[in-house]
Amino acid sequence: MSVLVFIECADGKVKKSSFEAACYGQQVAASLGTEIVAIAIGEVATEELKSLGKYGAAKVLVDEEPRLKDYVSQAYTKVVAAAAEKENASVIILSNTNIGSGIGARLAARLQACYAANVVALPEISGDTLKVKKSVFSGKAFAEENLSASTKIIAIKKNSIEVKETGSGEAAIETFTTALTDADLNGVPQETVRATGDVLLTEADIVVSGGRGMRGPENWHLIEDLAKALGAATACSKPVADVGWRPHHEHVGQTGITISPNLYIAVGISGAIQHLAGVNSSKVIVVINKDPEAPFFKAADYGIVGDIFEVVPKLIEEAKALAK
Amino acid sequence: MKILVCISNVPDTTTKISFTPDNKELNTAGVQFVINPYDEYALTRAIELKESQGGTVTVLNVGLADTEANIRKALAIGADDAIRVNAKPTDAFFVAQQIAQYAKEGGYDLILMGKESVDYNGFQVHGMVAELLGWPAIVPAIKLDVTGTTATLEREIEGGKEIMQVNLPLVASAQQPMSEPRIPNMRGIMTARTKPLNVVEPISSDVKTKTEAYTLPEKKSGVKLIDPANAGELITLLRNEAKVI
Ligand SMILES: Cc1cc2nc3c(=O)[nH]c(=O)nc-3n(C[C@H](O)[C@H](O)[C@H](O)COP(=O)(O)OP(=O)(O)OC[C@H]3O[C@@H](n4cnc5c(N)ncnc54)[C@H](O)[C@@H]3O)c2cc1C
Repeated sequence: MSVLVFIECADGKVKKSSFEAACYGQQVAASLGTEIVAIAIGEVATEELKSLGKYGAAKVLVDEEPRLKDYVSQAYTKVVAAAAEKENASVIILSNTNIGSGIGARLAARLQACYAANVVALPEISGDTLKVKKSVFSGKAFAEENLSASTKIIAIKKNSIEVKETGSGEAAIETFTTALTDADLNGVPQETVRATGDVLLTEADIVVSGGRGMRGPENWHLIEDLAKALGAATACSKPVADVGWRPHHEHVGQTGITISPNLYIAVGISGAIQHLAGVNSSKVIVVINKDPEAPFFKAADYGIVGDIFEVVPKLIEEAKALAK
Repeated sequence: MKILVCISNVPDTTTKISFTPDNKELNTAGVQFVINPYDEYALTRAIELKESQGGTVTVLNVGLADTEANIRKALAIGADDAIRVNAKPTDAFFVAQQIAQYAKEGGYDLILMGKESVDYNGFQVHGMVAELLGWPAIVPAIKLDVTGTTATLEREIEGGKEIMQVNLPLVASAQQPMSEPRIPNMRGIMTARTKPLNVVEPISSDVKTKTEAYTLPEKKSGVKLIDPANAGELITLLRNEAKVI
């Protein structure tokens, strides 16, 4: 028996969300009296993978098949399933990302497993059953669920668990290969278009977000400069993406991306319920709006009732001073 | 081209969520149910594809009779016919099995659905259906075109997108900006009444997960307001008090 953790990588590096998954796995494994094994697919720096040892992984399986450089749902699922079988995994941990949950769902069907997505806390364990808490209704509630099938799959929500080193060891690296067919590889991406140089929104600890109150894309330098000074990612409300001031992959909310950073700064956003749905599990929310009646103030921890064009430059100045 | 669009019935996005006194079920009193917003993107794109290159669009919902108003709405928007699998959608795996079973018999080229439902936020039915059928799943797709037996898609990734060509059949899940949802017009509403809505019984399936209880998040303690004249103070508070920067 073991706990298997799927490791996601970007640009040869392990993503922060995967370190979270490893820490989660480590604590589950400790309670179950077993070990964690990690599985990584694609090109990742060996040093990065070895560092997973600090988070409890005794061993990392690596599949470096070149055709798996980019994510392909069927093939990745096959590899993770094969790893789970080899390691006799009773629990599989993934990050609740597009890739992690994409694999989680397929694996659940393939392995006839119990699958819980959007999990926000460590499970309560009694015998063979894990009781998990997950976020539902777009962050407006939680559900508690018992997972009791022999294989349990858990996708954990970003920032639900603290990344803590539990040891100093290096993980052993083991090459892993799985036979793939053409059908498994139907859907290999031909081209990737990436906005470069930015902090990834879904990975970010701090997010600065702008709404219709920004008046136009020509003012977005205020959002960008504040984000830069804080080391933050940028986001926007739906109407902003709909009119094309910002790309759609920055749109957060019920029909956009769901995020849970440590700090969310909303600038000129009213805080409609559909927007809140995507950001309400942020640890600290700051709202800047000239309308004191804006609904967002009800969800905020800190607020400034004032004009963006006067307030934000002051914040940028102060944040820059602090960074020095 | 035969397209199957799966729709779920969810509380309207402005719904304030509450539960029954035993905390085991959603309190549906006074809740308006709508077609899941992501599913509307899928439905509209399917209709656009049908309009440009022929074929049929079938909508499928796993649900009890109370979902028929929204199924009729999908027909009014332009789907050709509809299936309701007569069962309470108890969990994602149950729903996925019903869809996969139906799809297997129906000979579809494409199954489209939303990337997740805005109620249980599972982001998983598409993956399960695809795995049960042995098909690829492109999730979440922001663009979809079909030529012959090849689909060209754009998949959203963190901070960007990937472009790919995939042989049909396949499952894709929709996210904006795949399409602009349509509002049914009078003619659509009239013809929807005469379009077939077939009710089929579910296949038996094990339920993998069951919610034991629901809880609501803790209330926020209230906002701390900072004078705009001293806006910089906010940064100090975020560092020293909230400890987030
Ligand atoms: C099915 C459905 C799904 C939806 N999904 C989403 C979603 O995923 N994400 C999302 O964001 N929305 C979503 N919406 C839309 C949502 O209801 C709101 O319309 C939207 O969030 C409003 O965006 P906003 O706050 O940027 O704009 P507005 O509501 O126009 O608010 C702009 C705010 O800026 C303030 N402002 C203006 N000028 C200044 C200034 N100079 N200084 C300071 N403040 C200023 C105003 O006081 C106002 O509060 C959805 C709606 C529906 C129906």
